[in-house]
Amino acid sequence: MSAPLTVLAGGPGGGPVIPQFGSSNGCVANTSALFCPDWVTSNWGSVLEPALLQHIELSLIAVGIGLVIALAAAVLAFHNGWFSRGFTGIAAIWYTIPSLAFFELFVPVTGLGTLTIEIGLVGYTLLVLFRNTLEGLRSASPDMISAATGMGMTPWQAFFRVNVQLAVPAIVAGIRVATVTTISLATIAAYISPLGLGKPILQAIQDSFNTELIAAGGLTILLALVADGLLVLAERAITPWQRLGRR
Amino acid sequence: MSLLNETLDFLANQPGLLVRSAGSQLLLSAAAVGVATAVSLPVGMITGHLRRWSFLAISSANIARALPTLAIIAIGISLWGIGFLNIMIALVVLAIPPILTNAYVAVSTIDHTMVEGARGMGMRWWQVLARVELPAAVPLIVAGIRTASVYVIATAYLASFAGTNATLGSVITNEGHYGLAGVLAATIVIVVLAFAVEGLLGALQYALTPRGIRLTRRLAEARAVDMSRQEKETVSTS
Repeated sequence: MSAPLTVLAGGPGGGPVIPQFGSSNGCVANTSALFCPDWVTSNWGSVLEPALLQHIELSLIAVGIGLVIALAAAVLAFHNGWFSRGFTGIAAIWYTIPSLAFFELFVPVTGLGTLTIEIGLVGYTLLVLFRNTLEGLRSASPDMISAATGMGMTPWQAFFRVNVQLAVPAIVAGIRVATVTTISLATIAAYISPLGLGKPILQAIQDSFNTELIAAGGLTILLALVADGLLVLAERAITPWQRLGRR
Repeated sequence: MSLLNETLDFLANQPGLLVRSAGSQLLLSAAAVGVATAVSLPVGMITGHLRRWSFLAISSANIARALPTLAIIAIGISLWGIGFLNIMIALVVLAIPPILTNAYVAVSTIDHTMVEGARGMGMRWWQVLARVELPAAVPLIVAGIRTASVYVIATAYLASFAGTNATLGSVITNEGHYGLAGVLAATIVIVVLAFAVEGLLGALQYALTPRGIRLTRRLAEARAVDMSRQEKETVSTS
């Protein structure tokens, strides 16, 4: 790979970019240039920012709906082993279906649009959210439940105040995996309908345009890492007792 | 109904295309899981054995897990071009987290009394490693490889975006030519492949499990099911 006219923002020493060097047209026109910051600044508002916001919206909706379904299903499965096996089986099969094929197969049913994408994305969150929640609910020992009952709690009170409380770390861990998975799969959904960061990524792949490949790909990676980091912080904030248990 | 008939027709009429694509998808997946295993097993096992630098091993697995595959392919196109290497790197990144975390957890949660017992019997450190630690860790390690294999087989079709048409992605990304029936047929083949490989590795996992450990196998399996849960567990055991 030769990329002689690479222009890096700020330069290696952090110095200012010389204005005349690598003007937008010159850099973008040069197909071997690796990265043109000018293209990013001039296309941020029209291409990258809307795609980023759409991507966040798609992912939030999918994880939110997936969480509601998975929580309800896990509470049901906690009291019913048969339901637990059935739900796990369906979610596990769903998980092995290539996401692009899933989107394509649902287009004739639910149309070319957000609904099809959200159904697919929600489906891929279910396995990990359901399994983690159920495992978390089951982590309460029988002794804890007897203690709660002994303190005068009704069975439902004991369930919500002991089992559910203890399941929180496992649920948040599940949300972390579900979120990064959703951000990843949502890029592929753009192949079906041009939404989110997948749109500039696929466009750049088609055009073999290095700057857009790096900008859109990098932005997606950044989004996933930031989302994961925020969830780690959220987990620490809502489960302060976990830190006391360390060491 | 007609889609189902067309799909059956496709499966019957295009066995050459499907078998060839499925074969190369399997080969690509095996290569990716192989490289990921070669990279992450030593790291996971050494950090697990030393019970140090666990933060490093677990964090790098978490970061790798967050990387969207299509984004890696896209950046890869600009940095190392299209083709086999591109999809290979993306799939290796996908496969590393479950293998790494499982290897780490497998070795770090080995019962210390077992190791001390072996030392007390006069075993040298390599004997302890080969005859006690490794057999005890193998089931969880294979479970990690199993999870990774399913991820990789279900994702390898993205090779089509990385500029190689070797996988079933050539059918899935070409609905215009092969029709919805072709997409469904390719999907069925991939789901069957994923479950077949998972079943095979499950059998291998069972066969490699020492008889004494099979008794507590269910416990270990529950631990292996999910890497996210392991993170929690490694925190509580460290």
